[in-house]
This record gives sequence, C-alpha cells and structure tokens, in this order.
Amino acid sequence: MPERLHPKSLEDTTMHYCPGCSHGIAHRVVAEVIDELGIEGKTIGIAPVGCSYNNYLYFTFDMQQAAHGRAPAVATGIKRVHPDNVVFTYQGDGDLAAIGTAEIIHAAARGEKITTIFINNAIYGMTSGQMAPTTLEGQVTTTSPLGRNTALQGFPLKMSEILSQIDGAVFVERVSMHDVKHILSAKRAIKKAFKIQMAGLGFSIVEVLSTCPTNWRLTPVEAAKWVESDMMEYYKLGNYKGAELEV
Amino acid sequence: MSKKVLIKGNEAIGEAVIRAGCRHYFGYPITPQNELTNYMSKYMPEAGGTFIQAESELAAINMVYGAAGAGARAMTSSSSPGISLKQEGISYIAGAEIPAVVVNVMRCGPGLGGIMPAQSDYFQAVKGGGHGDYRNIVLAPNNGQELYELTVKAFDLSDKYRMLVMVMADGALGQMMENVEFRDEETPYKVDKEWATTGTGMERKKNYITSVYINPDELEVVNMRLQAKYRIVEKDEVLYEETNCDGADIVICAYGLTARITRNVMKLAAEEGIKVGLLRPITLWPFPKDAVSALADKTDVIMSVELSAGQMVEDVRLAVNGRKPVHFYGRTGGNLPTQGEILDEIKKVLGKEAE
Repeated sequence: MPERLHPKSLEDTTMHYCPGCSHGIAHRVVAEVIDELGIEGKTIGIAPVGCSYNNYLYFTFDMQQAAHGRAPAVATGIKRVHPDNVVFTYQGDGDLAAIGTAEIIHAAARGEKITTIFINNAIYGMTSGQMAPTTLEGQVTTTSPLGRNTALQGFPLKMSEILSQIDGAVFVERVSMHDVKHILSAKRAIKKAFKIQMAGLGFSIVEVLSTCPTNWRLTPVEAAKWVESDMMEYYKLGNYKGAELEV
Repeated sequence: MSKKVLIKGNEAIGEAVIRAGCRHYFGYPITPQNELTNYMSKYMPEAGGTFIQAESELAAINMVYGAAGAGARAMTSSSSPGISLKQEGISYIAGAEIPAVVVNVMRCGPGLGGIMPAQSDYFQAVKGGGHGDYRNIVLAPNNGQELYELTVKAFDLSDKYRMLVMVMADGALGQMMENVEFRDEETPYKVDKEWATTGTGMERKKNYITSVYINPDELEVVNMRLQAKYRIVEKDEVLYEETNCDGADIVICAYGLTARITRNVMKLAAEEGIKVGLLRPITLWPFPKDAVSALADKTDVIMSVELSAGQMVEDVRLAVNGRKPVHFYGRTGGNLPTQGEILDEIKKVLGKEAE
C-alpha cells in the first residue's frame, strides 16, 4: 500500500462540501502550501460566512471566524498584534465582492501584510444559489431566474483587475481549480502569495475560479467544463500584479 | 506620584486607554468623540502601539474582534450613529466571548440626529442593540475623573469576564475640560488568555474563535454558559452612588451628566424645604436593581431624569415594581435640563405649585 499523502495542516476528517465543489481542493492546496513553507505553527486563518464558514474544523492551525465580509478587518487586527505570524483570509464572492468590498479594498490599500484566498464561484452557495456580485451575464440563479440581466442587475465585478489598481496590493493572481493542470498552477500562485506576506512586501490575493455544481444545477463534470467555457471567458486567468517579484 | 491635569473628557479616556496597557486602537471619525481618536493617533504610536483609522465603524469593531481574539487589549470608540454600525461586531464579540472595550460618547438621535449631548442610547447599550441573547457591561462615568477610572476598569472587567465593556458618556462629558488625576502606574488585571489565536507554535492544540453553532443543543449550551456568566456579573459588579435617599421627599435616578445637574438641584430644593435624594447608577448593566428596589422603602416618589424620551425609567419601574410612583423627566434633541426645570418638575410631581 502506498503511503497516504495527507497534508499535516489539514485535519483527517470528512468535509461537508457537496460533491464536485472546489472548496475541498482549495483547502487541501492551502494546507499543502502551509506544510511546504513550514508555517503551520505560526499561521492564523480567518473563516468567512458562506459554505466554508466552519473551515476552522478542517485546518489544524489557529483560526477566527468572521462576520460576513469582515474577514480582512479581522485579519488586520490579528496581524497588527502578531506581525511575525502568517495571517490569511478565506472568502467567497458574496463575502469579498459584495458585503465586504470596502474591507478588502482598504486592507489592500493599507498594504496589510495578509493573504486572501478568494473563492469565486459566481453564486451564493450557502443560501441556496442567489445571484452573486460575480454572477455572469445571463446566468440563472434563484434571484435572477431569467438570467442575470445587466440592464437591471448590473455587471459582474472583476475583483483581481480592481485590486491590482491599488498600490498596497503587491501580488494579485487569478487561477482556476477545474482540472489538475490548473490546480497545480493555482498552488504555485497561492504559495507565492504566502511568501510575499512572509517577506513583508504587502497585501497578496489569489482569486480562485471555483465550481458549485449544486447551485449551478450541473453535474461535477459539467461544472468543471462551465468554468473553462464561460467563467474563464469573462474572468481571464493570469497574474495581474507581482509576477516579477522574487520571493 | 500621580499627575493632575486639566484635560478634555475625550482625552482623559485616551490617556486611560494607554495607561490601562491597551496598545491597539481602531477608530473612525465622528463628532463628539473626535478628540479621542485624534489623541490615540498621536499617543498610541508613541507608546509603541497600533492606531488604525479604519474605513468604517464596521471595519473598526472587526479589527477589535481580530486583535482582541489574538490576545491583545483592544478597543474602539465612536458616537451614537457609529455605535449603531458596530452592533454586528458587538454581537459577534459577545457570542465568541472576546474581551473588548467600546466607548460611546453619545449624541442625540434618532438617525443622524445632531451632535449635541444625549443619553438616548441606553436601550441599545443595555438591552442588546445587536442580535441574540447577550449582555455588555455598561459603565456610566459622570465626570472627567470617572471617564479616566472607569475606562481603566473597563479593560479589567472585559478581561475578567471575557465580555465587551462599553463606557457610555454623553457628548458634554466628552467635550468638557476638567481636572483629572492620572495614576502613574495602573496594574492591569492579569489573566492567561490561553484561548487566543496566537499561532499554535506546534506546542498546543489549535484555538479557534467562533460564534456559530449549527447544532441547536450545542448552541443552547453556549447560551446557558453566557447566561450563567451574566448572573455572576449581576451579583458581583453592580456599582452605584446613593445620596440622601433615606426619608427623601423624592429620589431622582440619574446617571452621567444629569446626575451632576441633579446634585445642584438637591441644594436648591433644600433651600425650599424639599429633601431630594439621588441614586446614580454607575453600571447601567448590571443595573443596580436591588438598590432601586429598596428606594420604595425610603421615599414616596421616584423620578428618572435623563437626556432621552424615557429609557432608563423602564428599568427603574421594573425594580420598583409598582410599589411607589415612578415619574420621568427628560430633554431630547441635545438639550440639557436646567436646574430650575428639574426643580419645577419635582414640585409638580410632589403636588407643590411651580413658581
């Protein structure tokens, strides 16, 4: 029997996420990066509101649960108390790009030495599939039953593009987790984001295009395909800032 | 050695924050508490601490949640409309049992209201404000010296009970300059915050701070633990000042600035042969309900005087429980009652002709 490769920073437990959801993969990638950087003992995470509200049960390091959208403010408070620790927020699109837009923009503007893992699945998963600030034009949700009509419901926010305009944000990259190749490059970006923080350079964020088969009303395989065919069309993958930084 | 200085109330609070050993202040500008935020911006960095002007009151209270959860003494301050915005964070802090201090230098409302003094946030502070079954300890200073001392005490109480402690002053107390004596050395209540998020250092099991429990039985246990703690606070931490109540013709219940005005009214009334007593709650929660209840045996008439349309009077009535008449007199909109107005009101309820 080959040895089971389970990240040390991830509890050996069953997660509550739906089949085909990206959260489990994203958790594992974050845990692997923390293991590889040897920072498990000095990492403090912030859990959001949304499907991953209780991910402190899945990670092995210290965490604080935050109110909807406020994770960057909570992270700011923690980091200012423990400047030598590694502090990150894990936030969804409703959390980061709607109710918490002010908090993420200003944490970036202050150049807070924190890292944000931004899970963009274009929908509110936890609350049964409402329209998110990142829901695509035409996308059917429980609050855009005829498809998002930009004339009535506005346009999806491109947070990586927005945040990359801010001087305090030094590393901004958008990745996807819909297949192995993209997961590997996502991991490289997340690792770099943490290293940027450890080097004290400023705010770093990785936007992760993620699946929500349950609320998209798709199978896991169809959901992965939809990321590539539709989401990546609007949300272009790539580094938006800090590619040249060597850490 | 201690130092006596002539200082604005808001700045006396600021000095107390630093001397209490708090090194993390998160603020947002709002009148009439700006001198406190300004003071912190200068003296917190000088003391080696953190000052952040947050992007909103919401952010500020959540920075407090983070910093205090990470084991530090942390605080924020604001005035009424800003305190409304902080209620979400206050409820989370209560739910997660994080020690924190919030100062409210009250102005008048509702809505944007005005910038003049008021005591109309009593309900919000002592009855909840945010969602869920929780309590804050609420301290009500009535002069510059108490602004200093009760702010220091607020940090100790918050650490002792892992509760949010609110210092509630009105805008006039915040703006007034008074002589305040600072102790050279404060001795903060020491407690081991073994629950804090400091990083495990690979030496202990993880700590996580949360207020979410999806399992009803689990959440009920949390609620019962909170309530049990609140009962201890109600038993052990009540503070009030009682003056001249035995055999008084009337006892005024008042806190903060209105208690000070009432002290002058007591002298004026005495000249006219009316004996006025004063019961001044210093902790608004826990409310001194036993002391107020006992007033029913000491006097025939009780009156609550407030800078509100009648808020604390409800707790006075609950404590007196119908055994004696409880009247109310208040001013709103940022107006202060004059001594003469209060005296006239006293005469009215005592059935004596106002002059």
